[in-house]
Amino acid sequence: MRQPPPGRRLLGLAGLALGPVLVLVVFFVVPVVGMLGLGLRPEGRFDIGAVLDVLSRPRTGRVVWFTAWSAAVATTASVVLGLPAAYALSRLDFPGRRLIRALLLVPFVLPTVVVGVAFGELLGESGPLARISGGQGLVGTPVAIIAGLTFFNVAVVIRTVGASWESLDRRTGEAAAALGASPARVFWTVTLPALRPSIVSAASVVFLFCATSFGVVLTLGGVRYSSVETEIYLLTTNLLDLPAAAALSILQLLAVLALLGLAARLRVGAQASPGREVVRPQPISRSDLVPVAATGLLLVLIAAPVGALVAGSLRVADGGWGLANYRGLDEAESGQALLVPVTEALGTSLRTAVDATWMSLLLGGLVAVVVTQRSRGRTEQRVRGVLDGLFMLPLGVSAVTLGFGFLITLDEPPLNLRDSPLLVPIAQALVALPLVVRTLAPVLGSIDDRQRQAAASLGAGPLRVLATVDLPIVWKPFVAAAGFAFAVSLGEFGATSFLARDEHPTLPVVIFALIGRPGAANYGMALAASVVLAATTAAVMLAVERLRVPSVGGF
Amino acid sequence: MLEVRDLTVLYDQAPAVVQASLNLPTGQVLAVLGPSGCGKSTLLRAVAGLEPPASGTLSWDGRDLSGVPTHKRGFALMFQDGQLFNHLTVARNIAYPLRIRRRPRSAQRVAELLALVGLDGFADRLPATLSGGERQRVALARSLAADPRLLLLDEPLSALDAGLRERLAADLRVIVRAAGTTALFVTHDHEEAFAVADRIAVMRAGRIVQHGDLDAVWRAPVDAETALFLGYSRVLEGQAAARVWAAGGSSRRSAHDTPGSPSRTSGTIPPGEVAVRRSALRLEPTGPLTGRVISARVTPLQVRVVVSIDGVGEIDAVAPLDQHPGVGETVRLAADHTRMAVIAAALGPGSL
Repeated sequence: MRQPPPGRRLLGLAGLALGPVLVLVVFFVVPVVGMLGLGLRPEGRFDIGAVLDVLSRPRTGRVVWFTAWSAAVATTASVVLGLPAAYALSRLDFPGRRLIRALLLVPFVLPTVVVGVAFGELLGESGPLARISGGQGLVGTPVAIIAGLTFFNVAVVIRTVGASWESLDRRTGEAAAALGASPARVFWTVTLPALRPSIVSAASVVFLFCATSFGVVLTLGGVRYSSVETEIYLLTTNLLDLPAAAALSILQLLAVLALLGLAARLRVGAQASPGREVVRPQPISRSDLVPVAATGLLLVLIAAPVGALVAGSLRVADGGWGLANYRGLDEAESGQALLVPVTEALGTSLRTAVDATWMSLLLGGLVAVVVTQRSRGRTEQRVRGVLDGLFMLPLGVSAVTLGFGFLITLDEPPLNLRDSPLLVPIAQALVALPLVVRTLAPVLGSIDDRQRQAAASLGAGPLRVLATVDLPIVWKPFVAAAGFAFAVSLGEFGATSFLARDEHPTLPVVIFALIGRPGAANYGMALAASVVLAATTAAVMLAVERLRVPSVGGF
Repeated sequence: MLEVRDLTVLYDQAPAVVQASLNLPTGQVLAVLGPSGCGKSTLLRAVAGLEPPASGTLSWDGRDLSGVPTHKRGFALMFQDGQLFNHLTVARNIAYPLRIRRRPRSAQRVAELLALVGLDGFADRLPATLSGGERQRVALARSLAADPRLLLLDEPLSALDAGLRERLAADLRVIVRAAGTTALFVTHDHEEAFAVADRIAVMRAGRIVQHGDLDAVWRAPVDAETALFLGYSRVLEGQAAARVWAAGGSSRRSAHDTPGSPSRTSGTIPPGEVAVRRSALRLEPTGPLTGRVISARVTPLQVRVVVSIDGVGEIDAVAPLDQHPGVGETVRLAADHTRMAVIAAALGPGSL
């Protein structure tokens, strides 16, 4: 067989990439650009002065500063809390290890609104902490926001660092010990340098997630604290100050691009691939006391808000316990302004998530194939690199910008999706896309091309090669990515809050509406609905975790 | 002096080392030789303090080592693949143990060690840019920099290709000698063991089956399996053993009669089992044995022949390069006692 010329190969690459790129352009680039254009050219011409004006407002400065430092603190907390657990869960052997690993991943996919509600319950005025200390509660303070952000992102650190810790050759440390290095010295001079790429990679992604977090800051930030993301939301919906929103979106986009570039550069060598050797975990020894204790503490910290949420949902009006809040869930119009019962919203959420899942799988699968194929030549490699980065973009672009962009660009010919039931799933699929690609790409990339060549040399045609070499390795990560996308879509709030139609809201939208309304009954229902949503996503994630795909949740 | 007494190490609940006992006097090099999976690496790791013993004792100069962590034993361990720290340059890898010990003038010591292993000018290279042989040399230099009481080497050469392995084995001996270090070294390759060690311990299925000076072990392997592992090509028993041994005796006397050591030269004692090297039988017009050539192949040093001898069966032999017997030809063969060994276990008491 002759090599196709490089030009032909590039053409083939373009053909494969065309579909996903087109989708990305129509449903991501156009809405985001449209949204930015609306802000930047209010009267049909660029008004850079207005942008600079927005950026020089004192409030903008405060918002940017708060976003940066709260994200930095939350990232530090995630790394500090995550590292011992990453060690304990990847290198030590103890009963329940897999279950704990799975449980610690659940917060990552819990709907932001639910986490907001749970922390509100834990840290609020009537929460257990405030009651013990007799204080005012911490809701509306940076502490609550940072706690919420950390709660979400510890899993990313555990996953990413754990995956590389798991395959770290124990003998390198042993060589150092045999040269006279104490355990502490081995950690600082051998283990930590080897883990550095994955730690930095995890930290940069966590910082990204924290800095662009929406639901947590909106529900826990109260009126005083706002991040860039929630500020965009407030400017867009409450103040209708689109130029300011656009200016902030651009600022955010640039910062995110810089961070993504950094993360991609640092990710080299930090990726968990299924082909790597996993070192057998060891029984716990006396020297592991600190990491084991820290992991226990982390479990308590993670369990506390969830426990508070469940307890809150079971409390009824007279101060006793009961299921009254849950009974209210299937009642339509329980005297309040809700258009649909919560159970129906859950149905909508599930249907939407199914659609979003197949869309993001189809798209993410194609992208993963395109970016992991072996490159011949510089140009091809560069093209694949750019594509890889391009499809990571939704990770960092404000979901609010995306959602609002959908509203203003996809509501007129040639593409009018304003009333299409596919609008919400498409937006959610884009949000889930980077996670799908990050789950599939390492697996596809780890298949040695020589395996395919060996199969071909034994007489297997391209389809048979796909069925006998690729499929047996890929099906599990594929199912895992589906579950991951499903869970993410169930909890998606930022874009959905713009796009869901009032008569067909998703569950997170309903929960947010419920906590915004006065009355204990509404709040109780919000808690109960949060528990239902959390239980659903947790069940999906626990099922995914049973597939034991190392790249899930890692970056 | 390293003393290992009745050491048992469990790996994954299964015994990997069973009641092993060893002595290694200071200044000597001991090779633990055994097939892969025989537990020799586990033994080495136990000595290094990386595997806890299930029972038995390890001591250095009479002092018990149990409870002494790896980094306080002063035994440097060199791995099969070197385990260089990839984020450090060659010089900083070698300086690693020096920095731990806060040694002054470490740069000078690094330069000395680099010269010792023949890698002058490699100081600023990163491990990833080195060849396999260079990495092992750096790993050796790094281990020596720790100035270890005992150097532990885990198959230090087996990751290398054959030619390089041979050269590096010779270098290894010279370097370890020059440093005056006591070394315990594990290998599955008897050539390597002979090239480097003073003493040898043969290990099989977790047990040390034979242990002693290189020469003593080589001359009297404890059983047939050990003999084959030490590089003997075949082990003969019964009538076949007696015939070949007897032929050795007569040929020896006819060639250059050596008085003394009667048990070796007398062909009258029928030994139970005899291990023979490939070169124990050689084609010789006046030899006492007659055989038919099964195959013959020229190698750079000699012609390798397989012959069939009545009462012995198929057996290896060699011929000088100027002879190339044809297949089916009948040839006469002489035997050489110095290239045979009577298996110790097969001998009755007092027969040696």
